[in-house]
Amino acid sequence: MGIAVQVDRVSKSYGKKTVLQDVTLQMRQGQIYGLIGPSGAGKTTLVKMLVGMERADTGKVNVLGEAMPNLKLLQDIGYMAQSDALYTELTGEENLTFFASLFKLGKEAKRERIAYASELVNLSGELGKRVAAYSGGMKRRLSLAVALIQNPRLLILDEPTVGIDPSLRVSIWNELLRLKEEEGKTIVVTTHVMDEAARCDYLAMVRDGRILTSGTPRELMAQYDTDNLESVFLAAGGSSR
Amino acid sequence: MRTRALIARICRQMIRDKRTLALLLAAPLLVLTLMYYILNGGEADNPRIGIVQEDAALAGMLQQAGIDPMLVSEASAATIERHKLDGVLTFEDGRPALLLENADPAQAKALRMKISQIAAFQTLDGLGLPVSASPGIETSYVYGGEESSFFDVLSPILVGFFVFFFVFLISGIGLLRERTTGTLERLMSTPIRRGEVLTGYLAGYGIFAVVQTIIVVMYAVNVLDIPLAGSIWNVLLINLLVALVALSLGILLSTFASSEFQMVQFIPVVVIPQVFFAGILPLDGMANWLQILGKIMPLYYAGDALTGVMYRGEGIGDIVPNLLFLVAFACLFIELNIRALKKYRK
Repeated sequence: MGIAVQVDRVSKSYGKKTVLQDVTLQMRQGQIYGLIGPSGAGKTTLVKMLVGMERADTGKVNVLGEAMPNLKLLQDIGYMAQSDALYTELTGEENLTFFASLFKLGKEAKRERIAYASELVNLSGELGKRVAAYSGGMKRRLSLAVALIQNPRLLILDEPTVGIDPSLRVSIWNELLRLKEEEGKTIVVTTHVMDEAARCDYLAMVRDGRILTSGTPRELMAQYDTDNLESVFLAAGGSSR
Repeated sequence: MRTRALIARICRQMIRDKRTLALLLAAPLLVLTLMYYILNGGEADNPRIGIVQEDAALAGMLQQAGIDPMLVSEASAATIERHKLDGVLTFEDGRPALLLENADPAQAKALRMKISQIAAFQTLDGLGLPVSASPGIETSYVYGGEESSFFDVLSPILVGFFVFFFVFLISGIGLLRERTTGTLERLMSTPIRRGEVLTGYLAGYGIFAVVQTIIVVMYAVNVLDIPLAGSIWNVLLINLLVALVALSLGILLSTFASSEFQMVQFIPVVVIPQVFFAGILPLDGMANWLQILGKIMPLYYAGDALTGVMYRGEGIGDIVPNLLFLVAFACLFIELNIRALKKYRK
């Protein structure tokens, strides 16, 4: 299987504050890759580099075989930021249609993708409502649908399940697993919920701009000789203090 | 294609936001109408002057000059206050002395001029010299006419100012909201080009700016009857350029604001100073450095072009330099905008 994302000795600082320090990562195609760590650890900055919104001070970022930033590549990357980033005056459907028309999609494909994405997040019945009338969870789901709209090969989700109720969280995760298995998509997820981390194929623990440790969940638990990821995280974080 | 989707989305959002739409389209008309009635208000009452001695000839002359005389006992502030006078005229040993209320310095100055004229006649008369009634001077005007009021000179500038102000505010806040809600960031994570984004915004908000401009100009000319010596097409052209400048400036400044409140804070810094240099106050009397300052303000050129066309009846040839300056401002702001968008995509 090919390499989807290659991050090579990347550092980034804003003024005097170092946000990322010598980060090296490799993500294989067709896997769910979890970045876990507390807020302010640098997860979002790292993720933004993958989308080309930030440029590394030093080091290289390669996505799907090409150096980032790269405008053309954005057709193949679905990005969902921490904020919902929706037009609240418009209906759910109008939001989806708008974002769909920013990508290269035929008319028929556009309609299919809108139907598919809204079905996936259980919003098919609510598409006619204005987003202003949506609940927090509905907005989050619509935002996820927008990230999926162009059928991207790489899906980058920054804290996708914040504010979503447990049953929907399970169904979203089931869908992410299905996307990975059936469609071979590569998915990058940031989270600070440990049971979500356990469902990833590969994990990187981020704190203070560094990768503390990485590996499959099982490897990590074996390495730190515990049976839950929370203790791995605490142990890995404690050693750097 | 992407630009068209962007334009359609902005239009849809604007039409849904009825209140903003109303502000954009109706507020300029409201303010313009108000200004029209305030500045064109009926003649003020005659000024009232107290005289201490009974003097029929003097009283007659005062009345002829449009001043109401009134017999009072003494020249003092108390007298002026009690009788609601504008001043008291006394003669001591034949020398006139005037005590003025001076509540409105401009009015007081005009009153002093009139009265010193009358007093001079009075003195001449007292010396037994022949006095002719004030000679009528035949006056003609290069621009406007005898009926021209301050509003006639002001209104072309006001029209331009309203177009500038409302377009600036609405495009600035519109884009700011996109920045704070993260939709601009999301937009920039799609394959859209920065140029396409900016074209979309300029065109999307531009449509409403054009509609607003046409409504304001038509209302000013047809309903308020603002004199229009030149061509209405030139007026529209100038205002469309003003709208373009305001649009690109509003979008640019929204980069430096992190909330709607901060966007409003730009009004005293960016919008109000421009009013001073738009031609409402005479620029000739200003200090040199102020005049130079005025020349970096878009409304200076807009004001000059608008009074040129509407009041002085200038043709397109006379306003070309002003138009070029406006185009240059718009180009500058658009270029800066494209650079500012780099913040979202490196």
